[in-house]
Amino acid sequence: MSERRAHIVGVGESEYTRWGKIGDITEHALACRAIKKAVADAGLTLDDVDGLASFAEDRNEAIFLAAELGLPALRFGNMVWMPGGGGGCAAVSNAAMAVETGQAEVVVVYRSLCQGQFFRFGTGGVSAEAAPDPEPPTLQQANSLLMASMGFAMPYGLLMAAAAYALPTRRHMHLYGTTSEQLGMLAVTFREHASRNPRAVMGERPLTLEDHQASPMIADPHRLFDCCLESDGACAVVVTTAERARDLAKRPVEILASEQGTPKGYAFGPFTNANVADEIYATGGGEEMANRLYGKAGVGPADVDVAQLYDHFTGCVLMQIEDYGFCERGEGGSFIESGALAWGSGSLPTNTHGGSLSEAYIHGLNHVVEGVRSLRDESTSPVDGAEVCLVTSAACVPSSAVLLGRK
Amino acid sequence: MTERYFPDGMPPPMADGITLPWWQAAAEHRLLVQRCGSCGHSQLPPSPICSECRSEDTGWHEVSGRGELYTYTVVHRPIAAGQELPYVIGVISLEGSGGVRMISNIVDVDPEALSVGMPLEVAWEDMSDDLAIPRFRPRAD
Repeated sequence: MSERRAHIVGVGESEYTRWGKIGDITEHALACRAIKKAVADAGLTLDDVDGLASFAEDRNEAIFLAAELGLPALRFGNMVWMPGGGGGCAAVSNAAMAVETGQAEVVVVYRSLCQGQFFRFGTGGVSAEAAPDPEPPTLQQANSLLMASMGFAMPYGLLMAAAAYALPTRRHMHLYGTTSEQLGMLAVTFREHASRNPRAVMGERPLTLEDHQASPMIADPHRLFDCCLESDGACAVVVTTAERARDLAKRPVEILASEQGTPKGYAFGPFTNANVADEIYATGGGEEMANRLYGKAGVGPADVDVAQLYDHFTGCVLMQIEDYGFCERGEGGSFIESGALAWGSGSLPTNTHGGSLSEAYIHGLNHVVEGVRSLRDESTSPVDGAEVCLVTSAACVPSSAVLLGRK
Repeated sequence: MTERYFPDGMPPPMADGITLPWWQAAAEHRLLVQRCGSCGHSQLPPSPICSECRSEDTGWHEVSGRGELYTYTVVHRPIAAGQELPYVIGVISLEGSGGVRMISNIVDVDPEALSVGMPLEVAWEDMSDDLAIPRFRPRAD
């Protein structure tokens, strides 16, 4: 087993742009570009790749990419089971399972997302610009379990992620006194990290707490700068065995542990989970997964030197900080206020690339890329001597996480 | 409610064989939760089996439509054309339901006056012959 232990050996990405600014380059062209760069970073060639894995129902399926890339033979392809941004670390986890069990030797995990070329997330297929249908609404036949379940959310206008994830965050504020300023400090911290990252879409746009507080309200308590970016771009990471990793171009990063999970009753997260246990409603839902992850790796929160936490919304990061044991439940706000997440001075430098709030929204696979860079001393906000990096996927939905370790 | 809370361009609700009885009751202004005939556990959305005891003996229990606000968000971005802003989405703990909460809108309320725990009551909005939507408004008591 130890010879087949999964490691990440290469990372790469296309250029990242704001929503729609990638122009007419197709999503699958960007996927190919990111995969080529990650494979080259590893010191491998596309002829070595025999597996492809993605998530979030990536439109660019493995079978087509394998053909476009001219892979000699695809032995493993995988799309993970949880929705959207919950699946980034799970795709890495599935790639690790594939190489550790001998289903494949070299698996590339990829995500390509040109949001500007497709429907906008959270619109439910309707347009705020189009003229309304003159017919009064009637009950429709659900063609999937998702749509039958969403029957208990859609008639109330619960379609936008910014509104859905506001619900547990508002509850957290009610229970623990968490403030908008504390959420704002988190956004300001990640923006500061992005200022050193040439890939970051918002790298040249400084953000102050005053800017955050003055930004328009989207879905209370989420102001504009509490919400992640909408981006065009693609990234990829290469997973292979310890044996193959040994002779490659860069220092391999070990996948110490990976976990996937969903709490009881979670289904589609805040769109459908109004009836989860009271104790977990105002959390990121990741506490049990965190405990399993730490248990597998034989480490605890105090051993984590740097974290790349999925940041769809600021409040969701705050709740993950509690889920993963960096502070007590309810103390996430004061933990942020203490400056703990800041590069250079904080105890838990977090989202050293700027995250989805400031680098780009590539459904969090860019957080895995940054996790690898932070253990290779390649981050633009490097953490000296970092040996353990926690990377998480989305909070408040079925999700996944990995712990990465320096070799 | 006399005026529409959302413009007609909003996506309509969808039902399958499990959720259809809930919507049929709603059309008659009856608010239901699913209640297990075996262990008494209540749940929403409805499911083919009880998520506690796994019995298939699922039935329905009508609640009063009273409740209190568990959490909420005030939304300032439109989904459909012509939508009035802001609108309020809340999670409501339903009185006498056995601990069931549901998502809905809070209507006839000043968003500034919203607070977790505020008492609410159902306000039905008739959409068409086979569709009524339960929204909630502040309750004075």
